Amino acid sequence: MEFDVVIVGAGPAGLSAAYHLKKLANDKQQDISVCVLEKGSEVGAHILSGAILETTALDELIPDWQEKGAPLTTPVTEDALYLLKDQQRATKVPGWAIPAPMHNNGNYIVSLGNVCRWLATQAEAIGVEIFPGFAAAEIAYDDNGRVKGVYTGDMGISKDGEQKDSYMPGMALYGKYTLFAEGCRGHLGKQLISQFKLDENSDPQHYGIGIKELWEIDPALHKSGLVVHGSGWPLDNDTTGGFFLYHADNNQVVVGLIVDLNYSNPHISPFDEFQQMKHHPLFADVLSTGKRLSYGARAIAKGGLNALPDMAFPGGLLIGCDAGTLNFAKIKGTHTAMKSGMIAAENVLNALIQDGQSGQDGQDNLPDTLTGFTDAFRDSWLHKELHASRNFGPAMHKFGPIMGGAYNWIEQNLFKGRLPWTLHDTKPDYAQMKPASECPEKHYPKPDGKLSFDKLSSVYLSNTNHEEDQPSHLRLLDPAIPVKVNLAKYNEPAQRYCPAGVYEIVEAESGPQLQINAQNCVHCKTCDIKDPSQNICWVPPEGTGGPNYPNM
Amino acid sequence: MKVLVTVKRVIDYNVKIRVKPDGSDVDLTNVKMAVNPFCEIAVEEAVRLKEKGIASEIVVVSVGGSEAQEQLRTALALGADRAILVESTANTESLNVAKLLAKVVEQEQPSLVIMGKQAIDSDNNQTGQMLAALCDMPQATFASEVSVADNSVTVTREIDGGLQTLSLQLPAIVTTDLRLNEPRYASLPNIMKAKCKPLATVTPDDLGVTLSAHTQLLGVNPPPQRSAGVKVKSVAELVDKLKNEAKVI
Repeated sequence: MEFDVVIVGAGPAGLSAAYHLKKLANDKQQDISVCVLEKGSEVGAHILSGAILETTALDELIPDWQEKGAPLTTPVTEDALYLLKDQQRATKVPGWAIPAPMHNNGNYIVSLGNVCRWLATQAEAIGVEIFPGFAAAEIAYDDNGRVKGVYTGDMGISKDGEQKDSYMPGMALYGKYTLFAEGCRGHLGKQLISQFKLDENSDPQHYGIGIKELWEIDPALHKSGLVVHGSGWPLDNDTTGGFFLYHADNNQVVVGLIVDLNYSNPHISPFDEFQQMKHHPLFADVLSTGKRLSYGARAIAKGGLNALPDMAFPGGLLIGCDAGTLNFAKIKGTHTAMKSGMIAAENVLNALIQDGQSGQDGQDNLPDTLTGFTDAFRDSWLHKELHASRNFGPAMHKFGPIMGGAYNWIEQNLFKGRLPWTLHDTKPDYAQMKPASECPEKHYPKPDGKLSFDKLSSVYLSNTNHEEDQPSHLRLLDPAIPVKVNLAKYNEPAQRYCPAGVYEIVEAESGPQLQINAQNCVHCKTCDIKDPSQNICWVPPEGTGGPNYPNM
Repeated sequence: MKVLVTVKRVIDYNVKIRVKPDGSDVDLTNVKMAVNPFCEIAVEEAVRLKEKGIASEIVVVSVGGSEAQEQLRTALALGADRAILVESTANTESLNVAKLLAKVVEQEQPSLVIMGKQAIDSDNNQTGQMLAALCDMPQATFASEVSVADNSVTVTREIDGGLQTLSLQLPAIVTTDLRLNEPRYASLPNIMKAKCKPLATVTPDDLGVTLSAHTQLLGVNPPPQRSAGVKVKSVAELVDKLKNEAKVI
C-alpha cells in the first residue's frame, strides 16, 4: 500500500507529526495521505511516562486543546524535592536550591497514554489513518538504498516458524517519506542509525530504566497537583537515578523510579530498588492504605543533545525518543518529542508540495535527505532548550549525584545553561558493567505484598499478553553467551535488570540454561540496551502483543 | 442466504478487571475494549460460510453506545458486509437486547443468526436462547461445528461429557463455543475498506421497542485476596497440616 507519508509509532512524536502534517496540508488544500502504524493493541496501550507535561508544543499544535477536551486536568500546584538519606530520613531541598529546569509551574500531571488516545482521535478526525495492532518489522529500501517504507510483521506464525491457520503475511507500506517514532531504542531506529552512520558525530546514547506504578490512595492523603521528585536511598553512591511521586486526579498517585543504566554493579536490580524505596516513610505514609492499580516499565533515552544522532537520512527522519530528544534536566520528553514531530511535518510537507509543483514530468523530485529539517531543528526552541541542558546528564555521570547536582544547579540557575564548554560521556551504558566478583552483592528484602511486590504479580498488572504460539521476539545473537559469558562473569544480570521477569537461569540436566519468558515482556527494551555482551536483540512480536496500559 | 451476526463491545480479555472504589460497577474509564471473543468466532464462522458460497450477505449488529461502532468496524474488516448499531446504553440486559435483536431479525429476515454463546463481561449466556424464543426459531447453542445444507443447519454441540449433533430447520439461531474456529486477523487493506462499508444506526424507538429494567445491579465486589502460602519441609509435615490445620483429610 502506498501513502505520501508513513509514520511508525503512535506516541507523542508520531501523532504530533501526523496531526500537524495533515492539518497543514488540509489548510493548504493539499491532499496528503498519512498513515500511522502502532504495535500496541490500541493507541496508548504501550505508552508509559511519568508524566508531567509542559504545554509549549501542544499550544502550537492544537492551540484550543482545552476546548477540544485534552485530558490535561491536573495543573501542578506544588513542587518538592527530597534527598533520601537512608530508609527513614529525608532532607527536603529548599525551593531556591532546586535546579531551574525542575520547576513545574504551568505544567500538568497527565497520563501520557490518555493524552495519546486523545491526540489519535484528533488526528483521525482530520483524516489521518491510524492502524493499531500492526508492528513495523522491517525497513524497506529502494535500489539506491533510500528508505521507501516499512514491512509489517507476519501474523500467525507458530513457535517453530510454521504458518498457522490464522497466517497473514506482512504487508509493504511505502511512503514518499517515512518517519520513525518508535520511542526509546526503537528496533528500526537502531538499524537506521547504524545503516546511515547517523551517530558518527555524537556521543553514545545514554539510557535509564523507568519503573512506574499507579496507586489509588486514601482521599485524605491526596493533594491534587503535588509533584515530588528526589534521589538517594536505596540507590548506592555509585548508582544514579531519581524518583517521582505525582498526585494526579481521582485520588490516584503515580510513583516511580528511574535508574540510570550506566550502573556498574551487575547485582543491582532496578525493580527491587524501586520496591524497597516505597518503604521509605516519604512513600509509605501516602501508599500504605492505598491500592496498586497498574505497573509498567520503559527505557528512557536521556543522552540529550550530545548523544543526539543526525535525524535525517535518505527517505525519512528519526523523531522523538527514537532519536533521543528528551530533555533530561527537566526529566521531560513529551513536549520535545512533539516539537520534533512538528518540525518534521513542516519539512516533509514543504518537500511534497515543491515536488507536486515541479514534478510535471511524472518524475519525482523529492530530496532524498531532508536537510531542511536539520536546519529548522537547529533554529528551533527545541534545539535551544536541549543545548542549555546538554551538560546535565554528563555532569551527573562524571561527578556523581551530589557534586554533579551542584554543578547543574550552578550551570542551570546562575548561567541558564550558557556555559561555553560541553561535558562528554563517551562510554556506552552496557560497557560499564563490572564483573560480579568485583562488586558487592545486593540483598533485597522480601516484598510484603502491601507496599512492595514480586515481579510476577507486578507484570500481571501491566496486562501484558503475547500470542503464545509464536517465535520468541527476544533473539539471542549467540545462544551460548548467556551462560558462557554473562552467567560466568556477571551472574547473568538480565535476571535482575529485566523488570518483567523475562530472563531466568534454570537448572537443566546439562547445567544452567537461560530461559526466556517472552510472554512477560513489557517492551521496555532494557535488555537490548544493557546486556553487557550486546547479545540480545529485541524485535517486535506479533502485532497487538505487549502491555495494555490503562491510564499510564 | 443472509446471515445475521451479533457482536458485543466488552472489556478486552487481557485487561485485569478493576471495580470502582464505591463498588457500584466495573471501572471502564480508558480501559481497552474489544469484540467479545465468542462474537468474533461467530463473525469468523459467517465469513467462512460466505467463502464457501453458502452465505450471500453478512449483516452484523450490535446493541450499545456509539463507541460500539468500533467493534462493528472490526467485524466489517473481518468480512461482514454491512452493520447496524442499535444505539442504546440504558438497560442493556439480556432480555432487552434479545427484544431489540428480535425486531432486527424481523426486519432483516436472515436465514441464519450466529451469536456468541455468552459475553465475557457479564457471562450471562441468555441472549441467544431468549432471541430464539422471541422469534420462535429453533436454536443450537455451544456450537463446535456448523454445516449448512439445503434448508437446514447441522450443528455439533459441546455438552457435558461429549458431543451432541442436531439438525435444525432454517431459519435458526446458533451460538458459538470456543472451539468452533480460530478467528482470522483483519488485514490492513480490509481495515481500510471497512471504513467505507455501510453502518446504519437505529434507536430502540425506531424499532418500536420500549425497554424496561427487569434487574437491578446492587453492587460489584472483587474476589477476596488470596493470602500468602507457606512452604513445608516434608511430606509428613504437609499431611500433618492438611489433617490438623486445614482439616481436609
